[in-house]
Amino acid sequence: MLAVQRPTEVPDPSSVPSNAPEHCPGTESELAGKADACNGCANQEICASNKPKGPDPALPFIRERMSTVKRKILVLSGKGGVGKSTFTAQLGWAFAADEQLQTGIMDVDICGPSIPTILGIAAEQVHSSSSGWSPVYVQDNLGVMSVGFMLPSSKDAVMWRGPKKNGLISQFLKDVDWGDLDYLVVDTPPGTSDEHLSIVQFLKESGIDGAVLITTPQEVALQDVRREINFCKKVGIRVLGLVENMSGFVCPGCKTESQIFKPSTGGAKRLAEETGVEFLGAVPLDPRIGKSADYGVSFLDEYPDSPATAAYLDIIDRLKHILGDA
Amino acid sequence: MVYIKVVTDGSPYGEPRLSCMSVGFLLKKKGDSVVWRGPKKNAMIRQFLSDVRWGDLDYLVIDTPPGTSDEHLSLLEHLAPVHSRLSAVIVTTPQAVALIDAMKCLSFTRTVSLPVLGLIENMSGYVCPCCGEISNVFSTGGGEEMARREGLPFLGSMPVDTELVTLLDAAEVEPTSNESSDKSFELLQRYQKTSSANLFTAITQKLIQTLPGVEQSSSEANTR
Repeated sequence: MLAVQRPTEVPDPSSVPSNAPEHCPGTESELAGKADACNGCANQEICASNKPKGPDPALPFIRERMSTVKRKILVLSGKGGVGKSTFTAQLGWAFAADEQLQTGIMDVDICGPSIPTILGIAAEQVHSSSSGWSPVYVQDNLGVMSVGFMLPSSKDAVMWRGPKKNGLISQFLKDVDWGDLDYLVVDTPPGTSDEHLSIVQFLKESGIDGAVLITTPQEVALQDVRREINFCKKVGIRVLGLVENMSGFVCPGCKTESQIFKPSTGGAKRLAEETGVEFLGAVPLDPRIGKSADYGVSFLDEYPDSPATAAYLDIIDRLKHILGDA
Repeated sequence: MVYIKVVTDGSPYGEPRLSCMSVGFLLKKKGDSVVWRGPKKNAMIRQFLSDVRWGDLDYLVIDTPPGTSDEHLSLLEHLAPVHSRLSAVIVTTPQAVALIDAMKCLSFTRTVSLPVLGLIENMSGYVCPCCGEISNVFSTGGGEEMARREGLPFLGSMPVDTELVTLLDAAEVEPTSNESSDKSFELLQRYQKTSSANLFTAITQKLIQTLPGVEQSSSEANTR
């Protein structure tokens, strides 16, 4: 028989401080500061005293910086390697193709920052000025911030636990001189943990316009999408839609399309229908997408004739439409 | 509280010898998200190591999330008393973007002095079911090249096996600990028939050879 852990009262995940102990009841709970788990916690005194808890001191600065950012979009996925960063980069490039628009890409995948490589700016470094850290610019209207710009070498591992990652994310939001932005696209690591909770908490006041979920067609990946949708519900983020990546592959030899990651349960489309989430579209697997990412060039510009380019552009148009910008 | 592992093989084929533990067994619904920060994940990992009745094991294979963060650091901390019996396998896909992260992973193992048994290149090529042509969907050879450059044993390449993808999807039946349930045992039998099974056998054999002192029951940690 399997012993199932009966979950004790589940705290609102966004009310658990990042440095809280294992069984933190959440700062909003009646038990805050009084539960057994609170003994020894750095925040115990603050929680136990009934004084209104002060918000994170970084929040006013973040609100200030984000006041000049019109739209904030998160890119999420349950599994790793499904194409989040590639999609983020294409989205950034597509937004920036309009010279009137200012776009920013923020990479909060602290342990595996891929954005600098995909955008072809891996060798760049961050410069700081009186107004804060300057983003690295891919082109005049596309600024990027990633922990990848801060490492001495791309081989270096960032072995950080949650609180340290949260600290950096908070700095990315308050210390980076983003300027006036029409779009800020946030690339996240896979899963639903520290980085995701932090970005949601930090941007609560400024507001997040929504999240785009990326998946591959097979059931193993879709299960994690269900968790991702569940997460968005829990923390109150609007799901803008679901993108199915690596959907079908056209053999360069015989031109026949086959399913590498077979959608044995109907793929993302069916999942979208079941969960009431908008299905944004399917991007076929084109080996040149991965190549473009490796060489840091824009796939959309390099291969405008590929069916994958058409799919990407349709999805991006649809996204703009949903956001009310088209 | 003591957790009992879930057994995936058994009666018709002799004594159960393959068991597993995952947070997936503890969720009420499969769509539930686990929104935990580091300390809570840390506690779960500790419980998996200390409170699960594993019994006598020859190998414990640990699947980890991507990256080098809470889960990895917690595992290393909790397993520190048996550090001499720990080792890692790094799995990557062939494209440069993935190799950069694999390098970070390798740096991590070096920093925490965790021996690396070798590198596996996954999704290395795809055989068109129609004409049999091999396409390198995520390019190829990057893993082998990295292994050579870093002086790591290269354990092998795994092409994308659509049969295996389908098989694993179909395996998503309700997790039961009912030992007479034949469904998951069937899975093992069907797995043996996939083309990946042979390749995995070769990789496993290489691994076992590099593992020191198997008789004293070695532990094996799988990174990334």
